[in-house]
This record gives sequence, structure tokens and C-alpha cells, in this order.
Amino acid sequence: MMLNNSPYVRAEASVTRVMLKVLIALLPALAAYVWQFGPAILVQVALASITALVCEAIMLRVRGKPLNLYLTDLSVLVTAWLIALAFPAIAPWWMVVTGTALAVVVAKHLYGGLGQNPFNPAMVAYCVMIVAFPSLMSQWPGVHGDASSQIHLIFGGERVLDGITSATPLDALRTGLREAGATVSAIRNGPAFGSVGGAGSEWVIGGYLLGGLWLVQQGVITWHIPVAFLGALAVFSGGFWLADSAHYASPLSHLLIGGSMLGAFFILTDPVSASTTPRGKAIYGAGAALIVFLIRAFGAYPDGVAFATLLMNLCVPLIDMKTQPPVFGHKLKRPASPKKV
Amino acid sequence: MNATLRKLFSFNGGVKPASNKTESNREPIVPLEAVPLPPQFVVPLHQSVGGIPQPLVQAGDKVLKGQRIGGATGAYSSAIHAPTSGTVLAVEPRLMAHTSGLTMLSVVIEPDGRDEWIELTPPDWRNMDGDTLRDYLRDAGVVGLGGAVFPSHMKLRQDRSTPMHTLVINGAECEPFITCDDLLMRERAADVLRGIIIIRTLLDAKEVAIGIEDNKPEAVAAMQAAIAANGDATIHAVAVPTRYPAGGAKQLIRVLTGIEVPHGERSTSYGVQCFNVGTAYAIYQALELGRPMISRILTVAGNVEHPRNYEVRFGTPMDFIARQAGLKPNTDAFIMGGPMMGFRMPALDVPVVKAANCIIASSPALFPPPPPEMACIRCGACARACPTDLQPFEMYWHARSKNFGKVQEFNLFDCIECGCCAFVCPSHIPLVDYYRFAKTEIWDRERKKNAADEARVRFEARNERAEREKREKAEKLAARTAAARATLITEGDSAAAAAPTAAPAAAATATASTEVDPKKALIEAAIARAKAKKAAAATAESTSAAPATQASETAAPTSGTEPTSKE
Repeated sequence: MMLNNSPYVRAEASVTRVMLKVLIALLPALAAYVWQFGPAILVQVALASITALVCEAIMLRVRGKPLNLYLTDLSVLVTAWLIALAFPAIAPWWMVVTGTALAVVVAKHLYGGLGQNPFNPAMVAYCVMIVAFPSLMSQWPGVHGDASSQIHLIFGGERVLDGITSATPLDALRTGLREAGATVSAIRNGPAFGSVGGAGSEWVIGGYLLGGLWLVQQGVITWHIPVAFLGALAVFSGGFWLADSAHYASPLSHLLIGGSMLGAFFILTDPVSASTTPRGKAIYGAGAALIVFLIRAFGAYPDGVAFATLLMNLCVPLIDMKTQPPVFGHKLKRPASPKKV
Repeated sequence: MNATLRKLFSFNGGVKPASNKTESNREPIVPLEAVPLPPQFVVPLHQSVGGIPQPLVQAGDKVLKGQRIGGATGAYSSAIHAPTSGTVLAVEPRLMAHTSGLTMLSVVIEPDGRDEWIELTPPDWRNMDGDTLRDYLRDAGVVGLGGAVFPSHMKLRQDRSTPMHTLVINGAECEPFITCDDLLMRERAADVLRGIIIIRTLLDAKEVAIGIEDNKPEAVAAMQAAIAANGDATIHAVAVPTRYPAGGAKQLIRVLTGIEVPHGERSTSYGVQCFNVGTAYAIYQALELGRPMISRILTVAGNVEHPRNYEVRFGTPMDFIARQAGLKPNTDAFIMGGPMMGFRMPALDVPVVKAANCIIASSPALFPPPPPEMACIRCGACARACPTDLQPFEMYWHARSKNFGKVQEFNLFDCIECGCCAFVCPSHIPLVDYYRFAKTEIWDRERKKNAADEARVRFEARNERAEREKREKAEKLAARTAAARATLITEGDSAAAAAPTAAPAAAATATASTEVDPKKALIEAAIARAKAKKAAAATAESTSAAPATQASETAAPTSGTEPTSKE
């Protein structure tokens, strides 16, 4: 059936190019990460990348798929980098390796490989690991940590954490508000926070924003999901904050701490598992924002981007079905009188 | 209204492939007389939408240039003419200019070199009634030259219910490589305009908008100059933004008028009609010069030394005309049309037909084989590129799994196969092939289903008829029995009034036993009537044979075997 038919010319586009742009867009955040928290993240990125490539190669071989074609598409590296960035940089090595293997083997290839996974593989890995190892997944490095002790921790060092880990802003908010009875403004002045967002992490989040905007400009992602997600998150959190600003964090804090920016531009926008229609993307982004806010404000976990992503992934077929855009000529009714045209 | 101030509309999607037009638009058109005659013309009889014309010549016939060699069959058909004077060598199936590699009955003509026209008498088209004029255009072989080769005479019918407010003339020429319309407008703007005015007069359109992509400033200027010279303020040559497929009829109508004509509807219902500039020129030639359509402007581009435009006669082998342009030896195929929607020809020597606006000599270097097809990552680039606002990746997904019902739910048949989706696809999926495949499968299934439906309807109709006949027979019998009984009773009362034949006897018998089986009585009555008639016939002057037959015939119905054939 597949003869070489028209079109005979093609734009210079490839999956590799798309994935490469995503990787490039992650570089500002990665650089900020290294600058603020030390080089441990690079170790995690390396671990995740190697694991991902090995798992991908094995699964491609097992499934009888062309190795060269799919191993060079870089899609698995995007998954690996996102896992490394989503996991705490001082998590033990086996966590990143297990998480990545899980993402590539189960969440990607058992569902049919590239383009077929209904769930975001990186977020599957994150959710499984945070449910299975909640405390290890909650130990984050402090600002300007000591590189050697961080790397020592990654490779099985005894987890003496004083002076190395630090509460994340979301942790500080949760424990402060629910257990210590503190007000938001008091917590905001604590050590976990910097000038606009989390101490140190505000730079990383700035990096995500920068890279994300570049992806929009490059046409790799569209603006719909980030705008819908961040906008809805601001609306939901803003409503509660206006009602009770002592006990609910401001909309700006919600946007600038935790996984909001990473989620908005890099996780929720994963085309394979996200909604595809313009209106669907808006619903998908807003739905994820609602879940994130509910988990952060009332749930058992400090952040909810991963759970929100997977839950919204589940809704994608329905959302897409119900939000099909009108086809050319179908949206306009026949003019009643040609004179009015 | 000043043309430059005209409000333009836009359509979603579209792409901007490299135009590759400057290669072939720097040289003037090589006119018809300057193109050498090939040793043989192969003129396919079917070159347009509609019925296949009947051959009007046979091997050995001498033909003149412009002589009709294929006669239109039916309203949608269009005639075919001899491209030059010469001898018909054969009328036989030859390879079509179609990617399928199928053959088509063609007239093979050997030119005599004199290139002698038939007598050309321009018709008095202004005083012709509509049907005569349409028949004239049909017999002049004028069909749409924009690519669809739809018989033009069928589009020149005024829709009385909707007045025509805009006649859209398509000079957009959005496909890369093709420059035939560009050059035609540059060099023959006045004649194109004459054709446009004819169309406009026939359709009684209020205004005319000539849409030309803004990468053809010379063509826009030439048309505007021609309009200015003509002085008609209701005709506008409008530069439209260069974005493929702005030259799609529905896209251009949208850009120029803001109207979106849905799939399956005619633009005339919206007060708009669209003609290609080349068609307008052909209509001018047919109605003002009396010249039938034997040639068109054709761009020869791609893997040739001197890409340019030729006024080529239909039936010229493609490789012959490509050699005029310096065909390079590593050419592996010709593509008819542009690189976005064109078709690969099955051989190098297939003839130039009316649909051929461009032939691109293809080589592996010019059009390298596509990179391997990868999995769809649902990036949505195709949906953003689609000028029809479809969701191509969804259609691909369902076409691939042969879920044809679903493909149709995603409006497969709104797809114009422009190729934008496949052009942008990062996974290099030949998306349009999947849609063509799905359409073909659906058509095939519908045909089979229709055949099955027809068979079922026939079968059911037959069963019903049998039942009905049985029922009617029973009813008739019952009615007749009742009638006979009534008659017998009446006859019995006035038995004496009956003729002195056997009938009264029978009647009497019947009357005597009214309680007997009515069927029996009926039969007896029939026999009695028959006898009476026979007797009457026997007494008649005429010979016995015919009346006897007649009698038995007339008797037959009463005997309960009434023929049912009339149903």
C-alpha cells in the first residue's frame, strides 16, 4: 500500500529534533540547579540517562523494533531527564535507576512504546516511588550543599541528613500550617523561602519558565496547557487566599514553588499523554491545576503535580472526544440571505 | 473599491514549502507554434471528470487540427480534439497519465507536419441561449484547468435560487514549482480577462475577484493593468498571502469572500463560483476565436536543464516535451502536478493531458525517499497545519487500525488531500496515503454494501410480489364468487330475459340450486357464457378461427386464471 506518494517534499521536522529541543529547553533549569544545589543533579541525570538507554535498547530488541531508528529519537532521554529533575537530587542511586527502568519498561514499552503510552512515564515513576518510599522521596538537598557529601548519599552513604537536606517550601507550608499553627507570612519568612519562591529553587523554576517559553516560541508545545494550568492554579489558590490569607499560600507562591513550572511546560505538555484539541488542552490544564491545588492544600502529599498528571491522563480520551474543533465549513450555517454575506 | 483595500479573510493551518518557482518563471512561455511536433500524439479519450467520450475516428482516418475525435457522452462528458493534422494510426488502449498504471482508449495520431486547422468559426455566444452555449463549450472540450478537470459548461449554469455575488478567479497557484498560471497572466492578461468577462456575463455575477498569491507581483500587476485598460470597476485582481493551499478552491473562496463552503455543498449555493485563470483563457479561445481546447500552458521543472513553460498540445508524450527543456538522464519518473499533491507517472512517455499543469522531472536527489516512518507522538503539528481544521493524527490512528467508521466520524471526507499534515509530520508518516487508503476502502465497502442491499431489496420485493399475487388471487376469487352468486340470483329472477341459448339453462340450473357450492356454480356459469359466445361466434359471418380464439381468451379470465403479468 505504501508507495512513495505525494507530498514529495517535507518540512525539516523529526521526532529527534522535537526531543532535542525539549532537552535544550531543560538546560537553563539544569544549570540553575547545579549552581544553586550543587552537581549531584548531574549524577542523577547521568544515572537516569544510562538506565533509560539500556532499558530502551533491551525493550526495542525484545519487541523486534528497529534499534537505530528509535534509540536515536532522544525521547527516552527526555523521560530520563524529567525523572532526574523530579526526584530529590540526593535520592539513592537505585531509586532513580528503578524509577527510570519502571518508566521505560512498564509505562512506555509495555503500552506499545513511543507514542502509545497513556500515562506520562516520568510521572508514573515518580508516583510509584513516592508511594513506596515516601521519606526518601522527601529528602531534598539544601541550597549550596556540599558536593561530596551529596554524592556520598547517592551512592549508599549513611543517611545522616543534618545540614544536607532542607525542607522544601511546600513541606514548610504543610508542616507549618497544619502542625505548628503558623501563618503563611511567618513561614514565608523562614529559611525554605527565597525572595519570590523557594530558596534556590526559584532560580531553577525560572529556568523552567525560560525553557518553557522557548518551547512555545519554537512551536514544540502550544500555549494552551501552560496558560490553562498556571492560570487555573492561580485562580483556585487565589480564591482561598483572598478568603483566608493567613492559612492559604498566595497564588504567586503556588506558581513559583514545587512542580508547577516543570509540570506546566514539560510534564503536562507531553503530547503523547496530553489532550490534543485546543479546548481540550484548556480543560486538561485547568483540571490538573484543580487537583494540584487540592492535594497541596488538603492532601497528604506536599505536591500533587505527578498525581494530577496521571489523573488527567486518564481523562484525555473523553476530553478529546468531547472537544473536537469544528471542521472547515461546519461551523458556519448557510447564510440566510446571500445579501448579508 | 480599491483592490488593495479589499478585506481579506484567512483559513487556519497551511504550510510554506520552498516555492521553487523562480526556476521556471524567468523565461517566457514557448508558444504553441514554436513547440516541435512529436513523431506521434497519443490522445486519451478520457481527460476530464464525467463520461468517457466515444471515438469519432478510426485507424487510417485523416484528421485536421482541432477536429473532434472524441464525442461527449452525456451531460458531464467533454469532447476531445486532434492536436494537429495527420493520420490516425490506431484507436487503442494506452497507458494513462495516472499513477495507477491503467490504460485508456486513446487515439494515436501521426502528424502530417502541415498543422492544418479545421475551419474556425467563432460562435455568436452573446446571442446563444444557455443550453446551446453549454453544448458548444462541451463540444469544444473546455474543462477546468486548475487540476480537477471538471467540465466547465456544467459550472456555467446559473442557479436561479441564489444570485451570484462573487465570481472567484483562481490565479493563486500555491503549489511549489508550478508557474503556468503565473506566466499566462503575465503574458496574456488581456485575453484571460476577456475569458473572465465572458464567464461573468454568463453567470451574471455582481463582482469578480481574481486571487493571486503575493509571490507573483508581476501577474498581479499585469491583471490589474488589463482591468484598468478595460475600465470595469467591479473586477479586482487581489494579492492574497502566500500560504499553501491558498489555491484550493474552498480556501481561496474563504480568503476572498469569508465564506466557508462545507464539504459536499456547492459554492453556488452561497452565491460564489470559482474558475481557474487557465480555464478563463480556454473559454476565451473557444468563444471568441472558435478554437477548441487542444493545448494548455504546462510548466516543465525539476530535473531539467532549462525549466520553463510551454504551450503544449494534449497527447504530447511527457518525455518529448521534457527533452525540449533538457531532461537530465538520471530522471527516474515524472510527477504530474506539484510536489504537494502531484502524482508519480507510471512511465516517462505518458501523454500530457488536460489535467497536467506541471510535470516535474524527479530524481533521487530532488525528491529523496522519505525517512523511515516512525510512531505518531500526537504532537498535533498536523492538526495545526490542516487547512480544513481536521485532526489528522486521529484519522491516521483509526485508518491504521482499519476502524473506518471512526475515521469518518473524524470527517475523513472533508480531507482535500493537500498534504500539509504529511509535510509537517515529525514522524514522517505518509498520512495522506492512509486517508486515500481509508477512502478507497470505504467506497469499496459502500459499493459492496449497495450491491448487497440491492440484491436484498430485489429478493424482498420478489417475495412480497409472490405473496401479494397469492393474496390478490384469493381476493379476486372471493370477490368473483360473491359477484357470481349475486349475478346468478339476479339472473334467476329474470331467466326469461336471457338469450335462447344454453346460458339460461345453466342459469336455471344454478337458480334451481342456489344452495349448491358457489364455486361450482361459478364454473358452470363460465362454461355457459363460453358456450353462448361460441354459439354467437358460430352464427357470425366471419370465419370461425379468430372469434373462437377470442372467445376462449375472453373466457379465460372468468375461469379464474387471470394473468398477473401486468404487475
